[in-house]
Amino acid sequence: MRKIILFFILNIFLINKSNALIEIDITRGNLDPLPIAISPLHVDVNSQNYEGVKIKELGDNISKIIENNFRATGLFNPLKKEAFVQKPDIAHLKPRFEDWRLIKAQALVTGKLLVKDGKLKVEFRLWDLAAAKEMTALAFTTTPSNWRRVAHIISDKIYERLTGEEGYFDTRIIYVSEDGPKNQRVKKLAIMDQDGANTKYLTLGNELVLTPRFNPTNQMVTYMSYFRNMPRVYLLDIETGTQEVVGNFPGMTFAPRFSPDGKKIVMSFAKDGNSDIYTMDLDSRVVERITDHSSIDTSPSFSPDGKFIAFNSDRSGLQQIYVMRSDGSGVKRITFGNGIYGTPVWSPRGDLIAFTKMRKGRFYIGVMRTDGSGERLLTENYYQEAPSWSPNGRVLVFYRETKAGSKGEGFSAKLWSIDITGYNERRLKTETDASDPSWSSLLSK
Amino acid sequence: MMFNKNLKNILLVIFATLILSACSTAKKSGDIDGDVYTGKETVKYLASGVPDRVFFATNKSSLTTAARETLRKQATYLRKNKSLNVTIEGHADERGTREYNLALGERRANAARDYLMTYGISGNRIAVISYGKEKPVNPASTPLAWSQNRRSVTVKVN
Repeated sequence: MRKIILFFILNIFLINKSNALIEIDITRGNLDPLPIAISPLHVDVNSQNYEGVKIKELGDNISKIIENNFRATGLFNPLKKEAFVQKPDIAHLKPRFEDWRLIKAQALVTGKLLVKDGKLKVEFRLWDLAAAKEMTALAFTTTPSNWRRVAHIISDKIYERLTGEEGYFDTRIIYVSEDGPKNQRVKKLAIMDQDGANTKYLTLGNELVLTPRFNPTNQMVTYMSYFRNMPRVYLLDIETGTQEVVGNFPGMTFAPRFSPDGKKIVMSFAKDGNSDIYTMDLDSRVVERITDHSSIDTSPSFSPDGKFIAFNSDRSGLQQIYVMRSDGSGVKRITFGNGIYGTPVWSPRGDLIAFTKMRKGRFYIGVMRTDGSGERLLTENYYQEAPSWSPNGRVLVFYRETKAGSKGEGFSAKLWSIDITGYNERRLKTETDASDPSWSSLLSK
Repeated sequence: MMFNKNLKNILLVIFATLILSACSTAKKSGDIDGDVYTGKETVKYLASGVPDRVFFATNKSSLTTAARETLRKQATYLRKNKSLNVTIEGHADERGTREYNLALGERRANAARDYLMTYGISGNRIAVISYGKEKPVNPASTPLAWSQNRRSVTVKVN
């Protein structure tokens, strides 16, 4: 008898295991998003006040951020909290799985938090409701003012567990904030959390600034500024606010990006009407010329292994995308489709290059393999360009401008994102008009 | 016969309408040749009879006949005013990627500078700066506006 029971239990366990893993395939557009219940985190009654943080609502607020993150992926369908069947603290101990299944949830997130002695202690659990078991759990401690990041880190862990891919929620986006009439735009560097919160302005708008890009550790930004009317590439330390010109070039430098190890900046230098690609080593300050061609060579972007550089050149007559080894040898054109191509950006996974395509007065954001094959156009519009990858290589952020009226009215510039599946196009919230986005890597990596 | 005459009249009317409408569209776009702006609407003057700017075709930095004529006037003016230095600003329209447009503006400004130099103006007197698509003179989203924005502008610096 005992043996039979044991066998039975084992069997259930095995069955559970085979049913257990809710998995989401993010390589295709997901038209049937996974229903997920995100319970408010239970706030421990022993929690103390902390300046600037609403303790009572903290559990609700964290769960709302997680919910928004998941809704924005298009892969999940966070269920309405009114339908929830258990109190947060009880659900967190052990959910009544069958009750949660009744509201059609397939996964459940529960958690609790305690604020004490100036510390925020959070734990969460992810439950597979069909299999009636815990999938993952994590506890961590941080300062209470970090609560938004806590929500993003939890989101990343859940996303990772359910999709098998790294998340991209605990990240920031640096961009150019735009204001004022179209022919007198005031532009500032701005930085915000990936979900639009915590916007900070890094420059005052006294000079024109363009194309900011993060270094791999997200401490530094390289961008272009017209400070003193000398258009040059700059390096900015976000923490200290220190800025410096990159290199000692006698003319315009532009289109900067970091190498994947963060040691070099690759950019264009324009001299006598001709733009070529250069690198500068940030430690040794050694400048190297990478291309030497009478055409325009610009928009360079390293492959994640640092071995190749994709760039934009009009050496064939019109803008096309080329790839070369990072020393400038072995230049090969990779775009041959109808239309002209710009802004190649190598995916952090190394498998794809994102680009802007212009054809018959329309602008497209697309991706192709690194040899130029398999071109897929993801979105078409009046004007859009400058894609930047999410750190997991699944989502692109770019900016889009609208057609203006005869006096420039109706003009706007906004940030948008789209999955590389071509699904889930959505506008990112920004305080002002915005352009030239650059997505950071995971902050907590 | 009667029918034929009527038809003739109708055809005549149609013809006349076509010619008139052709004229009116020609007048509308009369400030663009190919896609290079040829009008005066946005032009300012360094001195009487010396236009400050020249216009370019889409994605091009080659100088048109009209552009060369304007630049020869600028060269003559600069030869007469030996102490005068200038900056040539290069611009692009909004229908290109930002970074490429910066390079294109630079190439346009240099095309104008090179031409002035072949007419004896020292390169030391001519600085260039590209603004890409950042400073449109006409903010509209029309082919006319774009043609006015594809320009190089010679600006006095002293």
